[in-house]
Amino acid sequence: MLQKAITVPTPGALRLFWRSFSGNRGAVLGLAIMLALIVTAVFAGIVAPHAPDEQFRDYFLTPPAWENGGTTRFLLGTDDVGRDILSRLIYGARLSLLIGAAVVGLSLSIGVVLGLIAAFAGGVVDVALMRLMDIVLVFPSLLLAIVIVAILGPGLFNAMLAVAVVMLPSFTRLTRASAMAELSRDYVTATRAAGASTPRLMFDTVLPNCLAPLIVQATLGFASAILDAAALGFLGLGAQPPTPEWGTMLAGALQYYQRAWWVLTFPGLAILFTVLAFNLFGDGLRDALDPKLRR
Amino acid sequence: MLRYLLRRVAMIVPTFVAVTFLSFLLIHLVPGDPIEARSGQHGIATERLAELRHEYGLDQPLWRQFVQYEQQVASGDLGTSLVTHESVWREFLQFFPATVELSVCALLFAVLIGLPLGVIAAVRRGTVLDYGLIGVSVIGASMPIFWWGLMAILIFSVMLGWTPVSGRISDLYYVEPVTGFMLIDCWFSDDVGACRSAASHLILPAIVLGTIPLAVVARMTRSAMLEVLNEDYIRTARAKGLSGARVVIVHALRNALIPVVTVIGLMVGTLLSGAILTETVFAWPGIGHWMVESVLRRDYPVVQGGLLLIAALVMLVNLGVDLTYGFLNPRIRR
Repeated sequence: MLQKAITVPTPGALRLFWRSFSGNRGAVLGLAIMLALIVTAVFAGIVAPHAPDEQFRDYFLTPPAWENGGTTRFLLGTDDVGRDILSRLIYGARLSLLIGAAVVGLSLSIGVVLGLIAAFAGGVVDVALMRLMDIVLVFPSLLLAIVIVAILGPGLFNAMLAVAVVMLPSFTRLTRASAMAELSRDYVTATRAAGASTPRLMFDTVLPNCLAPLIVQATLGFASAILDAAALGFLGLGAQPPTPEWGTMLAGALQYYQRAWWVLTFPGLAILFTVLAFNLFGDGLRDALDPKLRR
Repeated sequence: MLRYLLRRVAMIVPTFVAVTFLSFLLIHLVPGDPIEARSGQHGIATERLAELRHEYGLDQPLWRQFVQYEQQVASGDLGTSLVTHESVWREFLQFFPATVELSVCALLFAVLIGLPLGVIAAVRRGTVLDYGLIGVSVIGASMPIFWWGLMAILIFSVMLGWTPVSGRISDLYYVEPVTGFMLIDCWFSDDVGACRSAASHLILPAIVLGTIPLAVVARMTRSAMLEVLNEDYIRTARAKGLSGARVVIVHALRNALIPVVTVIGLMVGTLLSGAILTETVFAWPGIGHWMVESVLRRDYPVVQGGLLLIAALVMLVNLGVDLTYGFLNPRIRR
């Protein structure tokens, strides 16, 4: 979907985009990590050596394979109830990517609709919607997400909902700003004069031309969605214990991480590298899509 | 300037009312009501429930509850904790200095390290140093800070034994809380050991909380410096024969600072979000820790009042940033 949207403008745009994008080594690295993650997540059942919740009673807190006492059966060691950390991380990748996709999908689609409505309606509707978004932005994002989860009750689904709400203002504002810029262009006036209906103008005429910044924001939003969902999981408000969610795994490691560094280190590294990959990719996209920065 | 100031200050009132409405509404979205939700699995006697509902005004129509709530807030009453029976306001004031102390130290760390790094990267653009710095700042900005905090404890406290694991000061010391800021109170108490203990408790959480701001400040300084260094007046200054350091520090940095200062001012929300996690990891008795505890204990009046106070705080800081900016840049006063 990403690629398609980018090819829309003119033939050869994709090549132009790729030339600019691939010049950014960080962005290419981010893309590579992302692809590897997606492949791992899709084929988790094949790649993972064990089931994520299988307990090996003789292997409580086994260190990683290269440490004294480690075994190659459990490359990254096991946790306090004898579950293989590597397998849990692999299944956790599936979960994290799903969280990112669901949160961004929800927040983006609502944000785009609200932003377009604000831009097209103008007047009171516009002011009311934008003030509402300003008010949401007054609350520190994680605090608001925590309070929303506190109200809805802890759990992965509610945590995702909370993060989506917190991210809504950025998508709404961005859509409104780019739609406003497009609205004064001649092609919009021409389409309107030709008798196109407002929804058609919104989604068919204006929206495709606002996509570039939205795609960038969505990629960066993916990173912060994963980070925030992990933070909620860590605070005990997101995914609940047997689930191999990375943040929840860290929360479970709290009692014994001082004796078993591996239960703490690897889930955190997984979060860090995933978030880093999406941020690098997003930055690269922005530089490649922004003609002002193109050299 | 006065008109800009008045208008900007006047705008804060409707926003604040809307914020109180939102925090009021959020709490009323709790399934059942706060009393029922808190009574848990054991349930509660019907008469006692009705009594408590009446006591907290929950048997009134919603709009009247809101009006009452607004009146309460306007008179400075933010409710009472269901757990400690202390006023929310007093609890907030009790925990707030710890968060301010931590945040200020985190910002100091971020600025004192980030600013020079950004300047050096901009001056040495395209070198290994520059690329290294960009890499580190991207990693810093992606850091899950709750994990970073735990790793810091594991490495510096558990393995190396350099710093204590958690809290604000060792149990061995008692310091009279005069200002609530541990470092300042220790300073006045003339107890060298207490000062050392407080500082060693503070350093790790401050570094952890300051990591994301550090990445942002370094990046922002670098890009602002790069922009400024291309300006004509910098070339003129160089042509005049001024030394490289003088051009960079006196001429370029001064102008590059404006966007950096703005970014720092607008970081208060990020800092508070970070404080929630940092304080939880280090058992630091600040408002972030307090809010998480209250949420987990379902102490709704505290959640509501705390949310409101923190939002008000962010609004005030944003107002301050806007006014400073208006003062620095006359063009936006219109």
